[in-house]
Amino acid sequence: MAATVTNTEGVGTAISGGPRSRGGNGFHKNGGGRDGKDGEPLRFTPARYRIGVWVAIGSIVMLFTALTSAYIVRSASGNDWQPIAMPKVLWLSTLLIVISSVTMEVSRRSLKQQRDVPYGRWLMITVALGLGFLASQIIAWRQLVRQGVYLASNPYNSFFYLFTAAHGLHLFGGIMALSYLLLRTRQRRSTIDGELRRVGAAESATIYWHFMDVLWVALFLLLFFWK
Amino acid sequence: MAEATHDEVHRHEAPKGFIRKYIFSLDHKVIGIQYILLALTAVLVGMLMSVLMRINLSWPGSKWSILGTLFPTGAPGGVMSDSFYLSLVTMHGTLMVFFVLTTAPQGGFGNYFLPIQIGAEDMAFPVLNMLSFWVTFVGFIVLLLAILAEGNLTVGAWFSKLGASFAGGTGTVGPIGGWTGYPPLSALGPIAGPGQGAGVNLWIISIAIFCVGSLLGALNFITTLLNMRTRGMSLMRMPLTCWAWFTTAILALLSFPVLLGGGILLLLDRIAGTSFFIPGGLFVSGNLVPQHTGGSPLLWQHLFWFFGHPEVYIAILPGMGATSHVLSTFARKPIFGYRAMVFAIFAIGMLGFFVWGHHMFISGMSPYSAIAFSILTLSIGVPSAIKTFNWLGTLWGAKIRFTTPMLFAIGFVSVFVAGGITGLVLGQTSLDFFFHDTYFVTAHFHLVMGVASIFGMFAATYFWFPKMFGRMMNETLGKLHFWVTFLGVYAIFVPFHAMGMLGMPRRYANFGEYEFLKNSHSLVLFVTVAAIITVGIQIVFYFNLFWSMFWGKKASDNPWEATTLEWTTATPPPHDNFAGVVPTVYRGPYEFAVPGAPRDFIMQTEPEAVEVTAGLGDRSGNGGNGHKH
Repeated sequence: MAATVTNTEGVGTAISGGPRSRGGNGFHKNGGGRDGKDGEPLRFTPARYRIGVWVAIGSIVMLFTALTSAYIVRSASGNDWQPIAMPKVLWLSTLLIVISSVTMEVSRRSLKQQRDVPYGRWLMITVALGLGFLASQIIAWRQLVRQGVYLASNPYNSFFYLFTAAHGLHLFGGIMALSYLLLRTRQRRSTIDGELRRVGAAESATIYWHFMDVLWVALFLLLFFWK
Repeated sequence: MAEATHDEVHRHEAPKGFIRKYIFSLDHKVIGIQYILLALTAVLVGMLMSVLMRINLSWPGSKWSILGTLFPTGAPGGVMSDSFYLSLVTMHGTLMVFFVLTTAPQGGFGNYFLPIQIGAEDMAFPVLNMLSFWVTFVGFIVLLLAILAEGNLTVGAWFSKLGASFAGGTGTVGPIGGWTGYPPLSALGPIAGPGQGAGVNLWIISIAIFCVGSLLGALNFITTLLNMRTRGMSLMRMPLTCWAWFTTAILALLSFPVLLGGGILLLLDRIAGTSFFIPGGLFVSGNLVPQHTGGSPLLWQHLFWFFGHPEVYIAILPGMGATSHVLSTFARKPIFGYRAMVFAIFAIGMLGFFVWGHHMFISGMSPYSAIAFSILTLSIGVPSAIKTFNWLGTLWGAKIRFTTPMLFAIGFVSVFVAGGITGLVLGQTSLDFFFHDTYFVTAHFHLVMGVASIFGMFAATYFWFPKMFGRMMNETLGKLHFWVTFLGVYAIFVPFHAMGMLGMPRRYANFGEYEFLKNSHSLVLFVTVAAIITVGIQIVFYFNLFWSMFWGKKASDNPWEATTLEWTTATPPPHDNFAGVVPTVYRGPYEFAVPGAPRDFIMQTEPEAVEVTAGLGDRSGNGGNGHKH
């Protein structure tokens, strides 16, 4: 009897692959599922937000990769490609967004050290810097329009407006996320679950914000320093 | 701790009001059913269009007075014009590819069953999930408006108020650019001729909206699968359906942004005067197009097909998952080569990103890149063959239960092989030069992408219906549905191959004036009759579906004696899927016919039955365990 039933173990190994090391509740080291004892409800794991934001970043990267490859192909396809001189105010944009990345990091670390007041304060500064960045971008647009540089007047301009608009839109989403953090996560939560969610939300928003920073720098280099 | 528990319980109270429960629901099961209903609506419209096209091909000049009423310019007096035929081609393709083959397999069944199969209480981000459906729904409405905006005078008048680029009601019909919308004609606007005005704008907007909806869905699927698996549900213990949905989500996540980017560029070319895709010095209908210079129409083809080819796998992979699942269940054997199946799914998905060039062999690309694309394309045959042989290996020597879902799963293997084998023909540049844009291509992708994934979805519907609605679907009607559909699709698409070899071009509204096609009229007629019968039998499916929801035989919690988690919970599953009990998984998903076990199947939640003595099992391989050599 014992010998025949033993076969179930063999079948499990063969079907589901690989021998399983058992630790904790028996499944931890198996790449499997969430932690906790049998019968208890499952915990929220903050990795959920982190995975979510990385996955979202993956799709945004693909969008900008597509546009970038179109940029490179288009720059070579006609003889009508005329880059514009960079509006000086874009240096200010770049400076603002790089600083905002630093302040966001300070804010995140404050939260991690459970210092809620600096967390909120640095968050607010980051939002202000983000809005400053957008304002600076709009100033750049207005300067160009005044010089008669429109969306359709040259393929390079089309891409310039497209890239800045697409990035600005995504950054605006980031500002919305930070505003949500400002409104809803400055109070400490009473439950473990709530506290995990609060910290998780702030951490994933930070990842997204850094990504917006890196994305802008990459676009900046592509638009004004590539070739 | 107690508070946290309270928190957890509180989160899963079912909503009470009708709107929160059935319309703007956060419950992945309701959202899944919404997606399925959307697909069932879209497929009805798409099928109707294909029948209209067939009738026009076989009996040119047929009168449909309703068409004359709806589209006075496109079908004057009820007789459809050639451009109207083209817009039917476009709408049929767009509806089927996006709103049927992408919504039902992933958004529908994936949404409903992925969380249950991995033991989660819901999707990772329920609000995003709801948004993803409603965004998709808006895209669907915009697409329907696309055909009406230009062809129908009333709807056209509404859109004319939006400005010059949406001026409608004057052209012949809706968008006529085909589902691929190649520029430069699709990028020029009304100047390019009838059917290139407001309808194409709406068509692009609809697809852009659809992209956003799909991206939200993909984000949710990936996060849910990585983060929300229950205790013991390791990746290699997941049902193959989950692997298929996961891979599909990755494909959608990486390919839809590219289509979205391309769509934005195309729309800007149309309404903002840019020149991304429009070359200079273009003559269209005898007029010079002066305001554009230097654009590259091929750029669109690259962007479109970089999305377009993974899209094919987005349609088919969930069907492969469902087929593997159903085959194993009704063969009462473990799936043959689980690991190989997982790697094959992933390999097919990843290779799909490197083969888009095979849609563009005749675009004038360098023969060297064509060869590279060709070799990569043919190499997809390897994982596809692994899957096929593993399905056959699962069936080998099994005591098969020929239920309706099983018939459709076997049918899937059949049409997948029949349709896939011509991929090896079309993947070779030399042969593609002849077959490009003939009915041979139409035959290939309808069988392998359209019919096969629909068969997968039929299998899924008949298989999971008892879990979703607590009642069985009628088996007699189901088998009738299967046999007529199965023979019907071959009757339609096998002659397509012959037509393609005769050189019959796709998308033509009639072949009357071509001498070399005169003899093929009987083939055309035969296909039309087969198509009408095959579409007609779907009425039986729709009837069976809705009738069984209310009056079908009551189903038990596990009517098929299957092993995965969805069969361990109540029928239909409660709001949080497992009524507060967290399932723990102890074993793989396909433990059928285990020697010495009391029943011929072991649920994933069953702990090891008796104490285990090491070293006694037969560990030689997969097929060796479920039954004797």
